[in-house]
Amino acid sequence: MDILVCVKRVPDTAENEIEIKGDGTDIERDDLVYSVNEWDNYATEEAIQIRDDKGGTVTVVTVGDEEAEEVLRRQMAMGADNGILLSDDAFEDTDGRGIASILKAEVEKGKYDLILTGAQADDGAAQVGGMLAAMLDLPYAALVNKIEVIDDKKIKVGREIEGGNQELNEIELPCVLSIQTGINEPRYVGIRGIRKVASVEIPTHGTGDLGLDAGSVGASAAKVKRVDYFTPEMGAGAEMLEGSMDEMVEKLIDMLKAKGGLK
Amino acid sequence: MDFALIPPAGGSFWFIPAWIVYTLIPVVGITSFLYIIVMRLKPMVLAAPDRSWREFLGETPQRIYQVLKIWLLQYRHPRYMSAGVMHILLFSGFLLLGLRSTELMFVGIKSGFHFLGPDGFIGAFYNIVRAYAATWVLAVALFAIYRRVVTKPARYAVPAKYGKDHTAEAVFVLCLISTLVLAEGLFEGSLVAAQKQQGMEAHTLAPLTLAWIFQHMLAAASKGVLQSVHSAAYFVHDVTFFFFLCFLPFGKHFHVVTSVFNVGLMRIRRGNVKPVQYGVSDAQLDDLDSFGVKKLEDFTWRHILHFYSCVDCGRCSDNCPANAAGRPLSPRFISIKGRNLVFAKYPVWGAPKVNGDAPMIGTTYEEDEIWSCTTCGACEQECPVGIEYIDKIVDMRRGMVDEGMVPQSLQKPLKALEKRGNPWGKMEKKRAEWTKALAENGIAVKELNGGDQAEVLYFVDSITSFDDRMQAIGQATAKLIHATGTDFGILGKAEKDSGHEVRRFGEEMLFQDLKNENSDNIKETGASKIVVSDPHTYNALKNDYEGLPPVEHISQFLLQHVKKGTLQLKASGNGNGEKIYTYHDPCYLGRHSGVYEDPRQLLDAIPGLKRVDMLRCRDRSFCCGGGGLMLFYEPEEEQRMGVLRVKMAEEAGANVIVTACPFCLVNMEDAIKVAGLEGKMEAIDLAELVAAHTDA
Repeated sequence: MDILVCVKRVPDTAENEIEIKGDGTDIERDDLVYSVNEWDNYATEEAIQIRDDKGGTVTVVTVGDEEAEEVLRRQMAMGADNGILLSDDAFEDTDGRGIASILKAEVEKGKYDLILTGAQADDGAAQVGGMLAAMLDLPYAALVNKIEVIDDKKIKVGREIEGGNQELNEIELPCVLSIQTGINEPRYVGIRGIRKVASVEIPTHGTGDLGLDAGSVGASAAKVKRVDYFTPEMGAGAEMLEGSMDEMVEKLIDMLKAKGGLK
Repeated sequence: MDFALIPPAGGSFWFIPAWIVYTLIPVVGITSFLYIIVMRLKPMVLAAPDRSWREFLGETPQRIYQVLKIWLLQYRHPRYMSAGVMHILLFSGFLLLGLRSTELMFVGIKSGFHFLGPDGFIGAFYNIVRAYAATWVLAVALFAIYRRVVTKPARYAVPAKYGKDHTAEAVFVLCLISTLVLAEGLFEGSLVAAQKQQGMEAHTLAPLTLAWIFQHMLAAASKGVLQSVHSAAYFVHDVTFFFFLCFLPFGKHFHVVTSVFNVGLMRIRRGNVKPVQYGVSDAQLDDLDSFGVKKLEDFTWRHILHFYSCVDCGRCSDNCPANAAGRPLSPRFISIKGRNLVFAKYPVWGAPKVNGDAPMIGTTYEEDEIWSCTTCGACEQECPVGIEYIDKIVDMRRGMVDEGMVPQSLQKPLKALEKRGNPWGKMEKKRAEWTKALAENGIAVKELNGGDQAEVLYFVDSITSFDDRMQAIGQATAKLIHATGTDFGILGKAEKDSGHEVRRFGEEMLFQDLKNENSDNIKETGASKIVVSDPHTYNALKNDYEGLPPVEHISQFLLQHVKKGTLQLKASGNGNGEKIYTYHDPCYLGRHSGVYEDPRQLLDAIPGLKRVDMLRCRDRSFCCGGGGLMLFYEPEEEQRMGVLRVKMAEEAGANVIVTACPFCLVNMEDAIKVAGLEGKMEAIDLAELVAAHTDA
C-alpha cells in the first residue's frame, strides 16, 4: 500500500509562550521553536505501521518554506520512505482551500492508495483533509482512531463517538482519512535518527512542478482572510483565582462545594 | 611405606588396578570441565568489547586491592550478618580445603602422596586447620540447608513471573559439599582407626573434627569394614569432587570459578556510564550502525561474565528501591534471566534452545522493567561479587531509544530538551529569572554569557532554574556563595540541561549535544571552579564531561568556608528545640560520588541542631524516586519510593528530612503529602537550611 501523509510544521504549544504581536497580524515568532503537528505525527506512525505490516511505501509531504524540511526529515527518521516539500514564494498566505489545492496537485502526480492528514493542526482549522478529499473526489473519513486493512481495495476505519463508544466504518481505497491522536503510540525520534537522514535528498515542488497557476494560490486567491489576532476579554462568568497554590486550591474546593460539585 | 589399609591407588576394580581408574576420573573430569568452560567462553568471545586491556592493566593496584578486599576478605558479606558469616566460613573452608582436595586426587594415583609432609610443622599445622575447616564447612552447609528449607529468608523467593523456585539447586549443591567433607572425614578417620587397631604409628587427629569423630565411631570396627569404608569414601570423594567441578558452570555456583575474575574486573571509577561502544570515541559515534544493547551479544563480554557470576543471593533486589516500590524491576532477575538466555542460546551441547537474534526486549526483558531503574546504584553497592547493573540498563535503554521504543511520557521532555535545553520546554531567556528575587535584595548574580568572567561558576541546571519551588534552592545557594565573598556567576540563558539523565535514559546523541554546548560555554567563563547544588549535575560535570575546572557540590564548598571562618553559622532563632533532622543521602552525591561526610559535618556545624541517621543511610541510602527524566516517567508501581523513604525518616524519629538535591526535595515533599505526614514531617534542602542559619 502506498501511503501519503500530509504534515505541517507548527509552533509547539508545549515549548513556547505564545504571545500576540501588537498589531494583531500574527503571533510573536522571534523565539519560537517548531515541530511537527502532533496529529500528523500520529498519522505518520499509523502509515509506517501499515507499511511494515502490509508492505508498500510511506511518503510525507508538507506545504511550507525551506525550514519546513526539518519536519519531513523527522518523519523520515521515524521511517517514512520519501519526503516531498511543496514550497514556492507564491504559496505565502494561502488559505485552507489553497493548501488543499496544492496538496491535490501533488497527490495527482503520484499514485497513492491512502492519504492521511492529521485531524487538525495546532495552529489550524481542521479543514484541509476534508477539502482535499472533496477536490480529489475521494471517500473521506474524519477523526479516525482505528484502521484495519481488509485488502488492497477496502479498509475499516473507526472513530470515537459519544460516551467513549466506537463506531466502525468500511471505506473504499483510495481514500483520505484525517487521523485523531491516540490511534497509536508514535515512536521516538532521536537525534541519531535525524542525523541518519540528514543528507537524504528531498525534492521541492513549486507551482511549475505542480502545474498550478500562481494566481490560484497565495494571498490573492485566498477567500478566507485573517483580519485580527487578539486576546479575548475576560467574560463575566470567569474568575481568576489568586494567591498561593494552596490558597487557590482551597478557594476552588470551597467554590465547588458551594455549587454542589463536591459533596 | 606400610599401610594399615590398602590405599586407594593400591586397590583394584575387578581386574583393573584402581590407580588407572583414579587417573581416568580426574582426566575425564578435568577434560569435561575445560570443555564446558570453553563453551561458556564462546558467548563472551562473540560479545561486544569491554574496556581495553591497557585500561584494565592501568588500574592494576586498585584491582588487586578490590580482589583482596571484596573477594578474599569478603568485605561486603557481613552487610547481611548471618548469611555473610556463613559464606565467609564456607569460602574460607573452600580455600583451605582446595589443597587437600588436590592432594587427595593424587593419592588415588600414587599411594602416600602429599604436598606438605605431615611431619613438618607447616604440614602438621595445615592438617589441623583443614580438618577443622572441613568440620565447619559441614556445620555451615547443614545450617544453610536448614535456612533454605525451613526459615526461607524472603529475599530468596522467586516471584511467579520469574519462573520456579531455586531452592532445589541450592540444597543439591549444599549436599554435594556435605558429601565431600563427610567422605574425606571417613577416609581419614577409617585409616587412623585401622592404624590404631594395628598398633601402628597413627597421626594425631585434631579433636572434634569430622575425621576424629569418625575415627572414634569406627574404633571397634573390623578391618574389613574399615577397608570398605576407606575405599568407598575415597571413591565417593573423587567422583563427587569432579562431578561438582563440572556441575558448577551450569548454575549459580559458577561463581565459585568466576567471582575472582568478576571482582578483579569490576568498576573502579564510579558514577560514570560506559561509552556506547568501548573503543569508539564520542566523535565516531555517528559511524555506528546500531546503538545500545538489543540482542544478547550486544552486551560486553564482562556483562556476560556478570551473568555467570550471579549468586542469586537477592541482596541487590533487597536493596533496590524500584523493587521495594513494586515496580516491575528486580536486578537479581536481570542477571538470572540474562544467564538463562546465555545458557539457552549457547548450550554446552545440543542445538540452541532460543532462536537467533530476536530482540531481548519483549522476550527476555520488558520495556517497563528497563525504564523502572533510577540508576541509584544500591544494587551495585551491595553485590558481593561486584556485578554491575547501571551500564546494562543504560545500554538497553540506548537500544530502545535507537528503535524508537520510548514511552510517550518521556518523549515530550526529551523533545523539549532538544529544542529548548530543558525538559519543560521553557524559554531559554527565562533561565535566569530566579535571580530577580535576589536582585531585589541587593545580590546581583552575574550572567557569564556575554564574555563576562568570574572565579566561580554556579551551574544551576534545569530544575533549579525553572521549578517554582526549587528556585529557592538556587536562591539560597547563590546567597551563600555571595556571603562567602566569592566572585561568582551563572551561565544564564547559555546554560543547557547538564544532560545527566538524558544520558542515563539512553539518548546519547542528545546528551552529546548538550555536553558539547555546555562545555564550550563553561570554558568561556574562565572560571577556576564550578559549584553545583544538584548531585546529578555534580556527577555529570565530573564524570560525564571532560576537561572542565574542578567541580564542588555546595555542601563541600560551604563546609570549607565554615572551616575557614568565611561563613558563620548561627543557632536558629526558634523551633530547633523540637526539630530532629535526618540527612537523606542523594544517590549521586553519596553512593556515586562518595560524599557522605561533608553534608553531615555542615549540618553538625549549625549550633544546637539535633540530627539522627536513618537505618538506611550513607551507602545504603534509599532512593527518593529518581531525578531528571524519571520525574516524567509514569511507572507501574504499588507505592512511591519517596513514601517509603519518608516513613524511614519517621521511624528514625526525625521530623525534618534534609536533602542536598532538588529532585530529592521534589520527591520528598510530594511523598510527605501522599503519606499523610503533612504537619508532622517536612523536607528542606541543605542550602536552604544553611542559608536560614547565616546572617546572609
